Amino acid sequence: MTGQPDKIRIDRLGKTFGEDDVQTVALQDFSLSVREGEFVCIVGPSGCGKTTVLRIVAGLETPSSGGVVVRPTVVPEARPNTTRRQPQNAMVFQEHGLFPWMSVIDNAAFGLEMQGMRRHERYQKVAPFLDMIGLGGFHEHYPQQLSGGMRQRVSLARAFVADPNILLMDEPFASLDAQNKLIMQDELLRIWEGSQKTVLFITHAIDEAIALGDRVVVMTALPGRIKEIVPVDFPRPRSVVELRADPRFGALQLSIWRMLEAEVRAARQQPKA
Amino acid sequence: MRRVNQERALAILSPLAVIGLWQLASYLGFIDLRYVPSPVSIAEAAWDLTLSGQLWHHMGATLRRLVVGFVLGAVPGVAIGMVMGLNRWVRAALDPLVAALYPIPKIAILPLLMLVFGLGDGSKVAVVAMSVLFLTIINTTAGVIQLERIYFDVARNFGTPWHKLFLRVILPGVLPNIFAGLRISMGVSLVVLIGAEFVTSRSGIGYLIWTSWETLVVENMFVGIIVITVLGVVSTFFLHECERILIPWRND
Repeated sequence: MTGQPDKIRIDRLGKTFGEDDVQTVALQDFSLSVREGEFVCIVGPSGCGKTTVLRIVAGLETPSSGGVVVRPTVVPEARPNTTRRQPQNAMVFQEHGLFPWMSVIDNAAFGLEMQGMRRHERYQKVAPFLDMIGLGGFHEHYPQQLSGGMRQRVSLARAFVADPNILLMDEPFASLDAQNKLIMQDELLRIWEGSQKTVLFITHAIDEAIALGDRVVVMTALPGRIKEIVPVDFPRPRSVVELRADPRFGALQLSIWRMLEAEVRAARQQPKA
Repeated sequence: MRRVNQERALAILSPLAVIGLWQLASYLGFIDLRYVPSPVSIAEAAWDLTLSGQLWHHMGATLRRLVVGFVLGAVPGVAIGMVMGLNRWVRAALDPLVAALYPIPKIAILPLLMLVFGLGDGSKVAVVAMSVLFLTIINTTAGVIQLERIYFDVARNFGTPWHKLFLRVILPGVLPNIFAGLRISMGVSLVVLIGAEFVTSRSGIGYLIWTSWETLVVENMFVGIIVITVLGVVSTFFLHECERILIPWRND
Protein backbone atom coordinates (compact mmCIF):
# COMPACT_ATOMS: atom_id res chain seq x y z
CA MET A 1 0.00 0.00 0.00
CA THR A 2 2.38 2.70 1.14
CA GLY A 3 6.07 2.72 1.67
CA GLN A 4 5.63 1.77 5.31
CA PRO A 5 6.75 -1.81 5.92
CA ASP A 6 4.32 -4.30 7.43
CA LYS A 7 4.55 -4.56 11.19
CA ILE A 8 2.16 -7.45 11.60
CA ARG A 9 1.52 -9.94 8.84
CA ILE A 10 -1.29 -12.37 9.48
CA ASP A 11 -1.28 -15.05 6.83
CA ARG A 12 -4.29 -17.28 6.08
CA LEU A 13 -4.97 -17.90 9.74
CA GLY A 14 -7.32 -20.73 10.65
CA LYS A 15 -8.47 -22.04 13.99
CA THR A 16 -10.64 -25.02 14.78
CA PHE A 17 -11.85 -25.76 18.28
CA GLY A 18 -13.16 -28.98 19.73
CA GLU A 19 -12.66 -32.72 19.58
CA ASP A 20 -12.87 -34.91 16.49
CA ASP A 21 -16.64 -35.23 16.30
CA VAL A 22 -17.78 -31.76 17.39
CA GLN A 23 -15.59 -29.24 15.68
CA THR A 24 -16.15 -25.53 15.40
CA VAL A 25 -14.29 -23.58 12.80
CA ALA A 26 -13.71 -20.29 14.58
CA LEU A 27 -11.46 -18.71 12.02
CA GLN A 28 -10.88 -19.31 8.33
CA ASP A 29 -8.42 -17.88 5.88
CA PHE A 30 -7.87 -14.68 7.82
CA SER A 31 -5.15 -12.56 6.22
CA LEU A 32 -4.27 -9.04 7.27
CA SER A 33 -1.25 -6.77 7.13
CA VAL A 34 -0.82 -3.96 9.61
CA ARG A 35 1.66 -1.15 8.95
CA GLU A 36 4.08 0.20 11.50
CA GLY A 37 2.27 2.70 13.73
CA GLU A 38 -1.13 1.85 12.34
CA PHE A 39 -4.28 1.55 14.45
CA VAL A 40 -6.45 -1.25 13.10
CA CYS A 41 -9.84 -2.12 14.54
CA ILE A 42 -11.59 -5.43 14.02
CA VAL A 43 -15.38 -5.51 14.35
CA GLY A 44 -17.67 -8.47 14.05
CA PRO A 45 -20.68 -10.13 15.58
CA SER A 46 -20.31 -11.75 19.00
CA GLY A 47 -18.40 -15.01 18.88
CA CYS A 48 -17.09 -14.46 15.37
CA GLY A 49 -13.55 -15.35 16.27
CA LYS A 50 -12.17 -11.83 16.53
CA THR A 51 -10.80 -12.46 19.99
CA THR A 52 -9.23 -15.66 18.65
CA VAL A 53 -7.29 -13.61 16.09
CA LEU A 54 -5.94 -11.43 18.86
CA ARG A 55 -5.07 -14.33 21.12
CA ILE A 56 -3.17 -16.02 18.32
CA VAL A 57 -1.24 -12.83 17.56
CA ALA A 58 -0.54 -12.55 21.30
CA GLY A 59 0.79 -16.10 21.35
CA LEU A 60 -1.84 -17.20 23.86
CA GLU A 61 -3.31 -19.61 21.35
CA THR A 62 -1.81 -21.63 18.51
CA PRO A 63 -3.37 -21.45 15.06
CA SER A 64 -4.66 -24.58 13.36
CA SER A 65 -3.30 -23.26 10.08
CA GLY A 66 -1.53 -20.22 8.78
CA GLY A 67 0.74 -18.01 10.79
CA VAL A 68 1.58 -14.60 12.19
CA VAL A 69 4.79 -12.67 11.73
CA VAL A 70 5.48 -9.62 13.85
CA ARG A 71 8.50 -7.62 12.76
CA PRO A 72 10.64 -6.66 15.75
CA THR A 73 11.31 -3.00 16.41
CA VAL A 74 14.67 -1.89 15.19
CA VAL A 75 16.39 -0.20 18.09
CA PRO A 76 18.98 2.31 16.81
CA GLU A 77 21.46 1.47 19.52
CA ALA A 78 21.29 -0.97 22.34
CA ARG A 79 19.90 0.62 25.45
CA PRO A 80 22.75 1.02 27.91
CA ASN A 81 22.78 -0.78 31.24
CA THR A 82 19.93 -3.01 30.40
CA THR A 83 19.56 -6.61 29.49
CA ARG A 84 15.81 -6.31 29.22
CA ARG A 85 14.29 -7.38 26.00
CA GLN A 86 11.30 -5.56 24.64
CA PRO A 87 8.15 -7.64 25.01
CA GLN A 88 6.78 -8.89 21.74
CA ASN A 89 3.31 -7.59 22.55
CA ALA A 90 1.19 -6.40 25.40
CA MET A 91 -2.48 -7.07 25.64
CA VAL A 92 -5.20 -4.98 27.26
CA PHE A 93 -7.85 -7.43 28.39
CA GLN A 94 -11.63 -6.99 28.54
CA GLU A 95 -11.98 -6.62 32.28
CA HIS A 96 -10.87 -8.28 35.49
CA GLY A 97 -7.42 -8.31 33.92
CA LEU A 98 -5.85 -6.62 36.93
CA PHE A 99 -4.55 -8.68 39.82
CA PRO A 100 -6.73 -7.93 42.88
CA TRP A 101 -3.78 -8.56 45.23
CA MET A 102 -1.52 -5.96 43.66
CA SER A 103 -1.74 -2.24 44.26
CA VAL A 104 -2.34 0.08 41.31
CA ILE A 105 1.35 0.82 40.88
CA ASP A 106 2.34 -2.85 41.08
CA ASN A 107 -0.33 -3.77 38.55
CA ALA A 108 0.82 -1.05 36.19
CA ALA A 109 4.45 -2.08 36.65
CA PHE A 110 3.76 -5.81 36.24
CA GLY A 111 5.24 -5.98 32.75
CA LEU A 112 8.41 -4.24 33.91
CA GLU A 113 8.64 -6.50 36.95
CA MET A 114 8.45 -9.55 34.70
CA GLN A 115 11.22 -8.06 32.57
CA GLY A 116 13.34 -8.12 35.71
CA MET A 117 13.45 -4.40 36.40
CA ARG A 118 14.17 -3.40 40.00
CA ARG A 119 11.30 -2.07 42.08
CA HIS A 120 12.70 1.42 42.51
CA GLU A 121 13.42 1.76 38.82
CA ARG A 122 10.05 0.50 37.67
CA TYR A 123 8.15 2.70 40.10
CA GLN A 124 10.09 5.65 38.74
CA LYS A 125 9.05 4.71 35.25
CA VAL A 126 5.41 4.03 36.04
CA ALA A 127 4.71 7.04 38.29
CA PRO A 128 4.72 9.72 35.53
CA PHE A 129 2.44 7.56 33.45
CA LEU A 130 -0.03 7.17 36.32
CA ASP A 131 0.09 10.95 36.78
CA MET A 132 -0.69 11.43 33.12
CA ILE A 133 -3.81 9.29 33.24
CA GLY A 134 -5.01 10.88 36.48
CA LEU A 135 -4.15 8.05 38.84
CA GLY A 136 -1.28 9.84 40.56
CA GLY A 137 -3.01 9.76 43.92
CA PHE A 138 -3.94 6.09 43.75
CA HIS A 139 -0.62 4.24 43.77
CA GLU A 140 -1.42 2.19 46.86
CA HIS A 141 -5.07 1.53 46.07
CA TYR A 142 -6.23 -1.95 45.17
CA PRO A 143 -8.25 -2.55 41.99
CA GLN A 144 -11.51 -3.21 43.81
CA GLN A 145 -11.27 0.23 45.36
CA LEU A 146 -11.37 1.78 41.88
CA SER A 147 -14.17 2.42 39.40
CA GLY A 148 -14.33 0.40 36.19
CA GLY A 149 -12.92 3.30 34.18
CA MET A 150 -9.98 3.73 36.52
CA ARG A 151 -9.24 0.01 36.36
CA GLN A 152 -9.13 0.04 32.59
CA ARG A 153 -6.78 3.02 32.74
CA VAL A 154 -4.46 0.93 34.90
CA SER A 155 -4.68 -1.83 32.29
CA LEU A 156 -3.74 0.65 29.57
CA ALA A 157 -0.86 1.90 31.70
CA ARG A 158 0.39 -1.65 32.23
CA ALA A 159 0.44 -2.30 28.50
CA PHE A 160 2.00 1.02 27.42
CA VAL A 161 4.60 1.13 30.19
CA ALA A 162 5.92 -2.30 29.21
CA ASP A 163 6.88 -0.63 25.92
CA PRO A 164 5.87 -3.60 23.77
CA ASN A 165 6.56 -4.11 20.11
CA ILE A 166 2.82 -4.05 19.37
CA LEU A 167 -0.31 -3.41 21.42
CA LEU A 168 -3.30 -5.74 21.40
CA MET A 169 -6.64 -4.68 22.85
CA ASP A 170 -9.54 -7.01 23.41
CA GLU A 171 -12.69 -4.90 23.85
CA PRO A 172 -11.04 -2.98 26.68
CA PHE A 173 -13.94 -0.55 27.13
CA ALA A 174 -16.83 -2.98 26.67
CA SER A 175 -17.87 -2.92 30.32
CA LEU A 176 -17.78 0.86 30.73
CA ASP A 177 -20.78 3.16 30.64
CA ALA A 178 -21.28 5.34 27.58
CA GLN A 179 -19.74 8.53 29.00
CA ASN A 180 -16.71 6.82 30.47
CA LYS A 181 -16.21 4.99 27.21
CA LEU A 182 -15.94 8.28 25.29
CA ILE A 183 -13.44 9.66 27.78
CA MET A 184 -11.37 6.49 27.70
CA GLN A 185 -11.34 6.44 23.90
CA ASP A 186 -10.04 10.00 23.89
CA GLU A 187 -7.41 9.15 26.48
CA LEU A 188 -6.33 6.10 24.54
CA LEU A 189 -5.91 8.19 21.38
CA ARG A 190 -3.93 10.79 23.28
CA ILE A 191 -1.55 8.21 24.77
CA TRP A 192 -1.28 6.30 21.51
CA GLU A 193 -0.58 9.36 19.40
CA GLY A 194 2.37 10.08 21.66
CA SER A 195 3.69 6.52 21.44
CA GLN A 196 3.24 5.70 17.74
CA LYS A 197 2.67 2.05 18.61
CA THR A 198 1.06 -0.39 16.23
CA VAL A 199 -2.35 -1.35 17.61
CA LEU A 200 -4.76 -4.16 16.91
CA PHE A 201 -8.07 -3.31 18.58
CA ILE A 202 -11.02 -5.69 18.89
CA THR A 203 -14.50 -4.29 19.44
CA HIS A 204 -18.11 -5.02 18.62
CA ALA A 205 -18.96 -1.31 18.58
CA ILE A 206 -18.84 0.18 15.09
CA ASP A 207 -18.63 3.77 16.35
CA GLU A 208 -15.67 2.89 18.54
CA ALA A 209 -13.87 1.23 15.62
CA ILE A 210 -14.38 4.27 13.39
CA ALA A 211 -13.43 6.75 16.07
CA LEU A 212 -10.17 5.01 16.88
CA GLY A 213 -8.97 3.17 13.80
CA ASP A 214 -7.07 3.97 10.63
CA ARG A 215 -8.81 0.98 9.12
CA VAL A 216 -11.79 -1.09 10.21
CA VAL A 217 -11.77 -4.80 9.48
CA VAL A 218 -15.29 -6.19 9.28
CA MET A 219 -15.58 -9.88 10.06
CA THR A 220 -18.24 -12.42 9.13
CA ALA A 221 -20.17 -14.69 11.45
CA LEU A 222 -18.67 -18.13 12.14
CA PRO A 223 -16.45 -19.27 10.62
CA GLY A 224 -14.76 -15.91 11.05
CA ARG A 225 -13.42 -14.47 7.83
CA ILE A 226 -12.72 -10.95 6.64
CA LYS A 227 -15.76 -9.49 4.93
CA GLU A 228 -14.38 -6.09 4.13
CA ILE A 229 -11.62 -3.69 5.13
CA VAL A 230 -12.81 -0.09 5.41
CA PRO A 231 -10.29 2.78 5.49
CA VAL A 232 -11.09 5.62 7.91
CA ASP A 233 -9.65 8.90 6.66
CA PHE A 234 -10.39 11.28 9.49
CA PRO A 235 -7.32 13.38 10.26
CA ARG A 236 -5.36 12.96 13.46
CA PRO A 237 -5.16 14.01 16.19
CA ARG A 238 -8.80 13.17 16.60
CA SER A 239 -11.34 14.12 19.19
CA VAL A 240 -13.78 11.28 19.61
CA VAL A 241 -16.63 13.54 20.66
CA GLU A 242 -16.22 16.03 17.80
CA LEU A 243 -15.74 13.22 15.33
CA ARG A 244 -19.10 11.80 16.22
CA ALA A 245 -20.75 15.10 15.21
CA ASP A 246 -19.23 14.84 11.71
CA PRO A 247 -21.86 13.75 9.13
CA ARG A 248 -19.27 11.53 7.43
CA PHE A 249 -18.96 9.64 10.71
CA GLY A 250 -22.64 8.72 10.58
CA ALA A 251 -22.44 7.75 6.94
CA LEU A 252 -19.47 5.49 7.58
CA GLN A 253 -21.19 3.98 10.58
CA LEU A 254 -24.25 3.22 8.47
CA SER A 255 -22.29 1.62 5.65
CA ILE A 256 -20.34 -0.61 8.06
CA TRP A 257 -23.57 -1.51 9.81
CA ARG A 258 -25.03 -2.59 6.45
CA MET A 259 -22.06 -4.94 5.99
CA LEU A 260 -22.36 -6.26 9.52
CA GLU A 261 -26.10 -6.60 9.76
CA ALA A 262 -26.39 -9.80 7.76
CA GLU A 263 -23.54 -11.30 9.77
CA VAL A 264 -25.10 -10.41 13.08
CA ARG A 265 -28.35 -11.99 11.95
CA ALA A 266 -26.45 -15.08 10.89
CA ALA A 267 -24.63 -15.20 14.23
CA ARG A 268 -27.98 -15.17 16.04
CA GLN A 269 -28.80 -18.50 14.40
CA GLN A 270 -25.58 -20.11 15.59
CA PRO A 271 -25.11 -21.99 18.83
CA LYS A 272 -22.64 -20.51 21.25
CA ALA A 273 -19.12 -21.54 20.33
CA MET B 1 -18.21 7.26 66.13
CA ARG B 2 -20.33 7.63 69.28
CA ARG B 3 -22.61 4.86 68.15
CA VAL B 4 -19.64 2.53 67.60
CA ASN B 5 -18.38 3.22 71.11
CA GLN B 6 -21.80 2.57 72.54
CA GLU B 7 -21.98 -0.73 70.68
CA ARG B 8 -18.55 -1.71 72.01
CA ALA B 9 -19.54 -0.82 75.55
CA LEU B 10 -22.66 -2.96 75.22
CA ALA B 11 -20.61 -5.84 73.83
CA ILE B 12 -18.48 -5.79 76.98
CA LEU B 13 -21.25 -5.05 79.42
CA SER B 14 -23.71 -7.75 78.37
CA PRO B 15 -21.45 -10.74 79.23
CA LEU B 16 -20.50 -9.04 82.49
CA ALA B 17 -24.18 -8.64 83.26
CA VAL B 18 -24.78 -12.34 82.59
CA ILE B 19 -21.93 -13.26 84.94
CA GLY B 20 -23.34 -10.90 87.55
CA LEU B 21 -26.78 -12.48 87.25
CA TRP B 22 -25.21 -15.92 87.43
CA GLN B 23 -23.40 -15.00 90.65
CA LEU B 24 -26.58 -13.50 92.07
CA ALA B 25 -28.59 -16.59 91.18
CA SER B 26 -25.96 -18.81 92.83
CA TYR B 27 -26.00 -16.62 95.91
CA LEU B 28 -29.77 -16.72 96.15
CA GLY B 29 -29.77 -20.49 95.71
CA PHE B 30 -31.56 -20.60 92.32
CA ILE B 31 -28.77 -22.76 90.87
CA ASP B 32 -27.67 -26.16 92.11
CA LEU B 33 -24.04 -25.56 93.01
CA ARG B 34 -23.22 -29.27 92.62
CA TYR B 35 -23.66 -28.91 88.85
CA VAL B 36 -23.03 -25.26 88.17
CA PRO B 37 -20.68 -23.56 90.60
CA SER B 38 -20.75 -19.81 91.09
CA PRO B 39 -18.47 -17.56 89.04
CA VAL B 40 -16.56 -16.60 92.17
CA SER B 41 -15.79 -20.20 93.13
CA ILE B 42 -14.70 -20.91 89.52
CA ALA B 43 -12.37 -17.92 89.69
CA GLU B 44 -10.99 -19.23 92.97
CA ALA B 45 -10.41 -22.65 91.42
CA ALA B 46 -8.66 -21.01 88.46
CA TRP B 47 -6.49 -19.06 90.86
CA ASP B 48 -5.50 -22.21 92.77
CA LEU B 49 -4.77 -24.12 89.55
CA THR B 50 -2.64 -21.24 88.33
CA LEU B 51 -0.67 -21.00 91.57
CA SER B 52 0.01 -24.74 91.67
CA GLY B 53 1.24 -24.53 88.06
CA GLN B 54 -1.24 -27.18 86.90
CA LEU B 55 -3.11 -24.82 84.64
CA TRP B 56 0.02 -23.78 82.79
CA HIS B 57 1.11 -27.37 82.53
CA HIS B 58 -2.16 -28.48 80.92
CA MET B 59 -2.49 -25.42 78.75
CA GLY B 60 1.07 -25.84 77.52
CA ALA B 61 0.48 -29.48 76.63
CA THR B 62 -2.68 -28.71 74.66
CA LEU B 63 -1.15 -25.70 72.95
CA ARG B 64 1.96 -27.65 71.96
CA ARG B 65 -0.06 -30.48 70.41
CA LEU B 66 -2.34 -28.02 68.68
CA VAL B 67 0.45 -25.95 67.12
CA VAL B 68 2.67 -28.86 66.10
CA GLY B 69 -0.25 -30.85 64.71
CA PHE B 70 -1.63 -27.82 62.92
CA VAL B 71 1.65 -27.01 61.22
CA LEU B 72 2.32 -30.66 60.35
CA GLY B 73 -1.11 -30.83 58.71
CA ALA B 74 -1.26 -27.40 57.09
CA VAL B 75 2.15 -27.27 55.41
CA PRO B 76 1.88 -30.53 53.45
CA GLY B 77 -1.82 -29.78 52.95
CA VAL B 78 -1.06 -26.54 51.15
CA ALA B 79 1.73 -28.16 49.15
CA ILE B 80 -0.37 -31.13 48.05
CA GLY B 81 -3.34 -28.87 47.34
CA MET B 82 -1.18 -26.64 45.15
CA VAL B 83 0.14 -29.55 43.11
CA MET B 84 -3.35 -31.04 42.79
CA GLY B 85 -4.73 -27.70 41.69
CA LEU B 86 -2.00 -27.07 39.13
CA ASN B 87 -1.66 -30.54 37.65
CA ARG B 88 -4.71 -32.32 36.33
CA TRP B 89 -2.97 -35.72 36.36
CA VAL B 90 -2.05 -35.47 40.01
CA ARG B 91 -5.56 -34.24 40.69
CA ALA B 92 -7.12 -37.17 38.85
CA ALA B 93 -4.92 -39.57 40.79
CA LEU B 94 -5.42 -38.10 44.27
CA ASP B 95 -9.01 -36.82 44.10
CA PRO B 96 -10.68 -40.16 44.88
CA LEU B 97 -8.23 -40.77 47.71
CA VAL B 98 -8.92 -37.40 49.30
CA ALA B 99 -12.65 -37.79 48.73
CA ALA B 100 -12.59 -41.15 50.50
CA LEU B 101 -10.41 -40.13 53.45
CA TYR B 102 -11.77 -36.65 54.07
CA PRO B 103 -15.19 -37.66 55.47
CA ILE B 104 -13.75 -40.09 58.06
CA PRO B 105 -14.23 -38.42 61.44
CA LYS B 106 -10.61 -38.21 62.45
CA ILE B 107 -11.34 -39.03 66.07
CA ALA B 108 -12.49 -42.44 64.80
CA ILE B 109 -8.97 -43.33 63.75
CA LEU B 110 -7.42 -42.23 67.04
CA PRO B 111 -7.00 -45.85 68.24
CA LEU B 112 -5.27 -46.69 64.96
CA LEU B 113 -2.99 -43.67 65.34
CA MET B 114 -2.23 -44.77 68.91
CA LEU B 115 -1.10 -48.14 67.60
CA VAL B 116 1.24 -46.38 65.20
CA PHE B 117 2.38 -43.37 67.24
CA GLY B 118 2.00 -44.67 70.78
CA LEU B 119 0.13 -43.28 73.76
CA GLY B 120 2.16 -40.08 74.05
CA ASP B 121 1.92 -36.77 72.23
CA GLY B 122 2.53 -38.47 68.88
CA SER B 123 -0.98 -39.81 68.40
CA LYS B 124 -2.60 -36.53 69.46
CA VAL B 125 -0.41 -34.49 67.17
CA ALA B 126 -1.18 -36.97 64.38
CA VAL B 127 -4.93 -36.79 64.84
CA VAL B 128 -4.82 -32.98 64.70
CA ALA B 129 -2.55 -33.08 61.65
CA MET B 130 -4.90 -35.50 59.88
CA SER B 131 -7.87 -33.23 60.54
CA VAL B 132 -6.04 -30.19 59.21
CA LEU B 133 -4.43 -31.97 56.25
CA PHE B 134 -7.57 -32.86 54.30
CA LEU B 135 -9.37 -29.58 54.95
CA THR B 136 -6.31 -27.69 53.76
CA ILE B 137 -5.86 -29.88 50.67
CA ILE B 138 -9.48 -29.46 49.63
CA ASN B 139 -9.54 -25.69 50.11
CA THR B 140 -6.18 -25.09 48.46
CA THR B 141 -7.02 -27.25 45.45
CA ALA B 142 -10.34 -25.48 45.01
CA GLY B 143 -8.57 -22.12 45.29
CA VAL B 144 -6.13 -22.96 42.49
CA ILE B 145 -8.88 -24.28 40.23
CA GLN B 146 -11.02 -21.20 40.84
CA LEU B 147 -8.21 -18.84 39.84
CA GLU B 148 -9.43 -16.78 36.90
CA ARG B 149 -7.99 -17.96 33.59
CA ILE B 150 -7.33 -14.37 32.66
CA TYR B 151 -4.63 -14.08 35.36
CA PHE B 152 -2.66 -16.80 33.62
CA ASP B 153 -3.22 -15.10 30.26
CA VAL B 154 -1.92 -11.80 31.61
CA ALA B 155 1.08 -13.52 33.16
CA ARG B 156 1.89 -15.38 29.94
CA ASN B 157 1.38 -12.26 27.89
CA PHE B 158 4.04 -10.45 29.90
CA GLY B 159 6.42 -13.39 29.72
CA THR B 160 6.20 -14.32 33.39
CA PRO B 161 8.78 -16.93 34.40
CA TRP B 162 7.50 -19.90 36.37
CA HIS B 163 8.74 -18.92 39.81
CA LYS B 164 7.25 -15.45 39.49
CA LEU B 165 3.99 -16.91 38.23
CA PHE B 166 3.83 -18.91 41.43
CA LEU B 167 4.89 -16.18 43.84
CA ARG B 168 3.12 -13.20 42.28
CA VAL B 169 0.00 -14.76 40.79
CA ILE B 170 -0.89 -18.24 42.03
CA LEU B 171 0.06 -17.98 45.70
CA PRO B 172 -1.60 -14.60 46.42
CA GLY B 173 -4.61 -15.69 44.38
CA VAL B 174 -5.07 -18.83 46.47
CA LEU B 175 -4.23 -17.29 49.85
CA PRO B 176 -7.84 -16.36 50.72
CA ASN B 177 -8.89 -19.97 50.13
CA ILE B 178 -5.98 -21.32 52.15
CA PHE B 179 -7.00 -19.18 55.08
CA ALA B 180 -10.62 -20.22 54.76
CA GLY B 181 -9.36 -23.78 55.12
CA LEU B 182 -7.14 -22.92 58.06
CA ARG B 183 -9.96 -21.21 59.93
CA ILE B 184 -12.22 -24.24 59.65
CA SER B 185 -9.25 -26.48 60.52
CA MET B 186 -8.62 -24.55 63.72
CA GLY B 187 -12.13 -25.20 65.01
CA VAL B 188 -12.03 -28.87 64.05
CA SER B 189 -8.55 -29.27 65.58
CA LEU B 190 -9.70 -28.07 68.98
CA VAL B 191 -12.66 -30.45 68.99
CA VAL B 192 -10.57 -33.43 67.94
CA LEU B 193 -7.72 -32.62 70.32
CA ILE B 194 -9.93 -32.22 73.38
CA GLY B 195 -11.64 -35.48 72.47
CA ALA B 196 -8.30 -37.24 72.20
CA GLU B 197 -7.16 -35.79 75.50
CA PHE B 198 -10.34 -37.06 77.18
CA VAL B 199 -9.53 -40.67 76.46
CA THR B 200 -5.78 -41.00 76.23
CA SER B 201 -3.82 -38.46 78.08
CA ARG B 202 -2.12 -37.57 81.32
CA SER B 203 -2.04 -33.87 80.54
CA GLY B 204 -3.85 -31.19 78.56
CA ILE B 205 -7.03 -29.21 79.01
CA GLY B 206 -9.09 -32.16 77.81
CA TYR B 207 -7.50 -34.28 80.53
CA LEU B 208 -8.20 -31.56 83.14
CA ILE B 209 -11.87 -31.45 82.18
CA TRP B 210 -12.21 -35.23 82.15
CA THR B 211 -10.48 -35.92 85.49
CA SER B 212 -12.45 -33.09 87.08
CA TRP B 213 -15.61 -34.89 86.02
CA GLU B 214 -14.31 -38.20 87.29
CA THR B 215 -13.40 -36.71 90.68
CA LEU B 216 -16.43 -34.43 90.67
CA VAL B 217 -14.41 -31.22 91.08
CA VAL B 218 -16.89 -29.26 88.99
CA GLU B 219 -15.11 -25.92 89.49
CA ASN B 220 -11.98 -27.24 87.78
CA MET B 221 -14.10 -28.63 84.98
CA PHE B 222 -15.48 -25.14 84.34
CA VAL B 223 -11.98 -23.69 84.44
CA GLY B 224 -10.99 -26.17 81.73
CA ILE B 225 -14.01 -25.30 79.60
CA ILE B 226 -13.30 -21.60 79.91
CA VAL B 227 -9.60 -22.01 79.14
CA ILE B 228 -10.27 -24.06 76.01
CA THR B 229 -12.82 -21.48 74.89
CA VAL B 230 -10.30 -18.70 75.35
CA LEU B 231 -7.75 -20.79 73.45
CA GLY B 232 -10.21 -21.10 70.59
CA VAL B 233 -10.93 -17.39 70.55
CA VAL B 234 -7.25 -16.46 70.71
CA SER B 235 -6.22 -18.87 67.94
CA THR B 236 -9.03 -17.63 65.70
CA PHE B 237 -7.97 -14.07 66.41
CA PHE B 238 -4.36 -14.99 65.60
CA LEU B 239 -5.39 -16.47 62.24
CA HIS B 240 -7.51 -13.43 61.56
CA GLU B 241 -4.54 -11.13 62.21
CA CYS B 242 -2.30 -13.20 59.92
CA GLU B 243 -4.97 -12.88 57.28
CA ARG B 244 -5.22 -9.15 57.74
CA ILE B 245 -1.48 -8.77 57.22
CA LEU B 246 -1.07 -11.31 54.40
CA ILE B 247 -4.25 -10.46 52.46
CA PRO B 248 -4.45 -6.67 52.73
CA TRP B 249 -6.46 -6.34 49.51
CA ARG B 250 -9.40 -8.14 51.13
CA ASN B 251 -9.73 -5.67 53.99
CA ASP B 252 -12.70 -3.82 52.61
